[in-house]
Amino acid sequence: MTPKSTIPAFGVLALLMTGTAAFAADTLTVGFAQVGSESGWRAAETKVAKQKAQQDNVTLKISDAQQKQENEIKAVRSFVAQGVDGIFIAPVVATGWDSVLREAKDANIPVFLLDRQIETSDPSLYTAAVTSDTVLEGHMIGDYLAKITNNKCRIVELQGTVGSSPAINRKKGFGEAIAAHPDMQIVRSQSGDFTRSGGKQVMESFIKAENNGHDICAVFAHNDDMGIGAIQAIKEAGLKPGTDIKVVSIDGVPDMFKAMADGEANGTVELSPNMAGPAFKALIALKTDHTQPQKWIKTPSTLYTPATAQAEYDRRKPLY
Amino acid sequence: MSLRLLPLLVTIATFVLGAILCSLQFPHFASTRVFTNLLTDNAFLGIVAVGMTFVILSGGIDLSVGSVIAFTCVLLAILIERDHVPPFVAFAIALSVAGLFGAAMGALIHVFRLPPFIVTLAGMFFARGMCFVLTTDSIPIGAPLYAQLYRHAIDLPGHGKLSVIAIIMLLVVAAGMVIAHRTRFGTNVYALGGNRVSAELMGVKVGRTTIAIYTLSSTLAGLAGIVFSFYTGAGSSLAATGVELDTIAAVVIGGTLLSGGVGTVFGTFVGVLIQGLIQTYITFDGSLSSWWTKIAIGALLFGFIVMQRVLVAVAGRRGSLA
Repeated sequence: MTPKSTIPAFGVLALLMTGTAAFAADTLTVGFAQVGSESGWRAAETKVAKQKAQQDNVTLKISDAQQKQENEIKAVRSFVAQGVDGIFIAPVVATGWDSVLREAKDANIPVFLLDRQIETSDPSLYTAAVTSDTVLEGHMIGDYLAKITNNKCRIVELQGTVGSSPAINRKKGFGEAIAAHPDMQIVRSQSGDFTRSGGKQVMESFIKAENNGHDICAVFAHNDDMGIGAIQAIKEAGLKPGTDIKVVSIDGVPDMFKAMADGEANGTVELSPNMAGPAFKALIALKTDHTQPQKWIKTPSTLYTPATAQAEYDRRKPLY
Repeated sequence: MSLRLLPLLVTIATFVLGAILCSLQFPHFASTRVFTNLLTDNAFLGIVAVGMTFVILSGGIDLSVGSVIAFTCVLLAILIERDHVPPFVAFAIALSVAGLFGAAMGALIHVFRLPPFIVTLAGMFFARGMCFVLTTDSIPIGAPLYAQLYRHAIDLPGHGKLSVIAIIMLLVVAAGMVIAHRTRFGTNVYALGGNRVSAELMGVKVGRTTIAIYTLSSTLAGLAGIVFSFYTGAGSSLAATGVELDTIAAVVIGGTLLSGGVGTVFGTFVGVLIQGLIQTYITFDGSLSSWWTKIAIGALLFGFIVMQRVLVAVAGRRGSLA
């Protein structure tokens, strides 16, 4: 810990010890129990959280749980013991949070869930959840694909991990969007497990099955990584991704912007890594004028097209 | 005698020194709350480490404990939630299954003279695999008992709460100390780890003792699984991955020789607390990567192993460790 960050932390702790209400201090202290750093998106989420904390003058304590729930629970309990002003959790699994959340509630510490929901019998245990609307993401990219193909397209779909909520919801949203257009249909659909290699393999088999890819109008991947894998498979089959077979996906990672700038992909809907920003805003509002935040704070989903891809890529690169 | 006690004293000194340093840096650290959290958060690790101490004292190793914890959690979740078995009956079933599993591994090790490393490695894969056969989902346990347990904590001054699972852990440690140092079985375990051949010549029933050791270790892993299910209120197949290695680290930091024969249950308990202390320090700091926990534990482990080597060499020159 640098001396710089020690001083405000000590200030807040000292105030807490004397029993003064925490929000009277200039800085709030927030504990963030993060899942880990398994993907570029996750690392970006952590990085944005740090930046937003600095902007909002919040002392942020981050704990990386290394993908283990027990570590996350320990971190949350330790935040409660430290008497932080708010706790953010990006839950690694959906279940098993009741008792630790009850502890935070007993200590009157508001809890915000970031990026993922939990299953609980008592939703009052957490203050609010900041997540994206994954159904909407699927819907947006479906509408966009209809627009660029004149409502006529034979689509192959690369699904995310079977049974995972983003895979289910993105499929649902996309299905809703294309249902309005009878000439748009998903002809093949299989799971590529949210990975590049998975996306590539499945796409290779789709290309073989569909007249060497000539019968495929577009591929819809549930995330960018699989989309990038599909681009590779299309290239290796001697076709041009983005023109011969259109590529659309969801997440908005830098590599996808790069692919769009190179003309190899046609669109992506960004899943904002800024989950902490809205949570900081809600927490500060709650602490200063007791505004109860909405239970579900939706982060914006934005569609990006090749037109702005290069600029977006340059803007995003330092985050990842 | 002093050589035997020295590792334990070093372990205790490390913990006390660490706790003092943390308290100096963070004003909120020196509270009963942080200390009772340390007990509650590491309850499952403490319980399973007591069993591991016996295994390592006997000169063996048990790599299956983490998987047994996960298996117990999943089994409990399924029994209680899907089959509506009363929780205490489910606990009895889970403990019996875990105990039998350990007995089977112990029997394999003894009868076929297989290295414990290989047998328990197979046990580890088997138990983890069985979790996924039972279910791939994470199942929440909604039994009223689980919700009530949280309320039954002994309040200590300074917001400290001695939870049920912390009490279970302390009882297991106390029982482990009695068994290791005050019973025939305990003596046999030390003898077996000291020198298997001379233990046999002295009349130690090696087969029976070996099976008993692995049964104890797996049963305690089962109990740790029950405690883990209290802790998370759910059964997940991915729970407690890598716990076997944390456990072995705790035992070694606690002053037990990996070659067997020397060590104490109390030392293991302090070893568990040291690991918890490092983790707590890192969350209190909030800016360090949590991977420093592993680095710190690695460094400690290395230091303790070197110390043990030196002690063994010194003792060898003097004739014996006693």
